[in-house]
Amino acid sequence: MTRNFAAWPIILLLTVLSLPLFIMYLFLLVDTFSNTPPGSLLPNEFTLEHWRFLIDPTITGDIWKPTLTTILFSASMMVIVVSVSATAGYALSRLALPFRRFVLSGIMVMHAFPSVTLIIGVFLVLQFAGLYNSLIGVILVKASLMLPFGIWIMKGFYDAVPWEIEMAGVQDGASRFIVWRRIILPQVKPGLLSLALFAFIDGWSEYMLPRILAPSSDFEVLSMYLNTVSDPNSSTYNFNIFKSVGLFYTLPVLALFVLFQNRLMNIFGGGTKG
Amino acid sequence: MQISIRNFTKTFDTTTVIDDMNLTIRDGEMLALLGPSGCGKSTTLFTISGIHRMDKGQLMFGDRDVSGLPSQKRNVGVVFQNYALYPHMNVFENIAFPLTVRKDAKADIDREVRAIAALTHISELLERRPGQLSGGQQQRVALARALVRKPDVLLLDEPLANLDAKLRLEMRSEIRRIQLETGITAVLVTHDQVEAMSMCDRIAIMKKGEIVQIDTPADMYSNPRTSFVAGFLGNPPISFLSGIAMDSAFSIAPIKLRVPLGSRQGIADGTQLKLGIRPEHFGPEGDIAVQGRIAFAETQGRENLYDVALADGSVLRSIQPAGKIWAVGEPVRWHIDSKSVFVFTDDGQRL
Ligand SMILES: Nc1ncnc2c1ncn2[C@@H]1O[C@H](COP(=O)(O)OP(=O)(O)OP(=O)(O)O)[C@@H](O)[C@H]1O
Ligand SMILES: [Mg+2]
Repeated sequence: MTRNFAAWPIILLLTVLSLPLFIMYLFLLVDTFSNTPPGSLLPNEFTLEHWRFLIDPTITGDIWKPTLTTILFSASMMVIVVSVSATAGYALSRLALPFRRFVLSGIMVMHAFPSVTLIIGVFLVLQFAGLYNSLIGVILVKASLMLPFGIWIMKGFYDAVPWEIEMAGVQDGASRFIVWRRIILPQVKPGLLSLALFAFIDGWSEYMLPRILAPSSDFEVLSMYLNTVSDPNSSTYNFNIFKSVGLFYTLPVLALFVLFQNRLMNIFGGGTKG
Repeated sequence: MQISIRNFTKTFDTTTVIDDMNLTIRDGEMLALLGPSGCGKSTTLFTISGIHRMDKGQLMFGDRDVSGLPSQKRNVGVVFQNYALYPHMNVFENIAFPLTVRKDAKADIDREVRAIAALTHISELLERRPGQLSGGQQQRVALARALVRKPDVLLLDEPLANLDAKLRLEMRSEIRRIQLETGITAVLVTHDQVEAMSMCDRIAIMKKGEIVQIDTPADMYSNPRTSFVAGFLGNPPISFLSGIAMDSAFSIAPIKLRVPLGSRQGIADGTQLKLGIRPEHFGPEGDIAVQGRIAFAETQGRENLYDVALADGSVLRSIQPAGKIWAVGEPVRWHIDSKSVFVFTDDGQRL
């Protein structure tokens, strides 16, 4: 850390600016564990009743099924994104492919494309493939929308691996595949890890695609579940329960961020070794 | 194993980098490819290793034509300039990698790795990661990894360029020792003439994709075929004077310099010539006197270097044993040793 200027004015400014957010989050947390009498600002009793939805499906419906579905959804998407990006990124970075430039610029454009505008085309393709209204269809769409980002990031990481290491592997008698598997892949592990995290979190927070591409199917992801709970017209509506479900939904993402925040920053450093 | 390159041509996109090169590396010798940057040294080296394909020509390892074989099937050991060690493997795993790829038995691998580690003096480093090694140690590991498969030929691309001066001296003799002990045929790419002269049996000097001369270091130094070769070898470098042929002598009329051409006959009067004079052949002793002024002096401890400016502005370099010291600006009347000069045509051919 360089200390060319005093840090405290900036810290003070940031604290003041983020204070409202911080207080709101604090209240959110407090509210889920307490009751507040009407008209009062401060809670008066500790309670676990807002968390009863975890064990009692009658309150807002079973939460564990959507949770499992969301895990399945995010994990499958993560696997697809990571494995395709790991291979495609390598190919684009190292192999003399025909139309390489074209593919690269295509990926750039797709990365910059707002995915909403693709929805109609995606809808038609899914309909045609018979995957409309199915979890697999949504996973595939979600994964492919993230692929340009993933491939681009992984290509950056591969680009940073010295050419000589790869040639040394080939010279040592290993096939290109073995070289990739045993020498190159370990060099880009930080990239793979952060990409996996990004993909998982991205999948976890997805709301729109399941809504649009599987409107009448019987699976439900957590974001949809949360939306149901938050409906003020429903008979089971309870603002504090909504807060608890919301917190429950956010916790895994928070946990992942806390655990891996250094790794996540890696992706913006573009492959510098941690 | 003897390596021969025949009629080798290499073109990148549209530029021809190497044109019709022929080169034979004798069994067990260490050959230096020496030349300025961009002359095609690395290209030649990586063609032998199989990383580059030949556009035309033939590459023979002994009697075997390997021109069409991929790197993996050539049995070539390469030491890269930045060593290219695998950062995630420790030293043992690095050296063992070529053997594990070949699926050797575990006990054999262990024995081979330890033997080569002993040869390269890194036995006590086997557990370390490359990041925990000094430059010289990484170099040794890279050598060990290149040698562990007992390759037909060892290729070194500027292996000393990344080392500091002291380590460079040490690794220079180490690489040579290891090469001699294993008896392996080796090619060393360098643009440092001292390295080439001190480490190698023969030197091939390259210029713009051609081999200008190939000789032992001593022959190359005392008998350069072109002014380019003469200028490349020797430190401090040779100095050149431009003049014309006149009455069987090299002559610069304005300063009344005349150096007899001796046995070099049949040069028409008025031909433009270049005279090459090594620093050790110009000084207070000699037979052809030249009047000049010390323009630059450098003390190196054991000997001193001087630049002497002549009346017409050209400069001759001289190297003198320490002892008597001449000051900058001092007028001197020094001599050229006419028996030891080289005479070149204007376009650099030796006469
Ligand atoms: N992959 C390539 N594509 C196009 N041109 C290339 C390629 N590799 C090398 N060249 C060109 O070929 C010529 C010879 O390159 P090479 O790397 O063999 O030089 P070198 O003698 O090793 O130089 P240095 O001492 O700087 O390493 C250079 O002009 C270089 O620009
Ligand atoms: Mg080179």
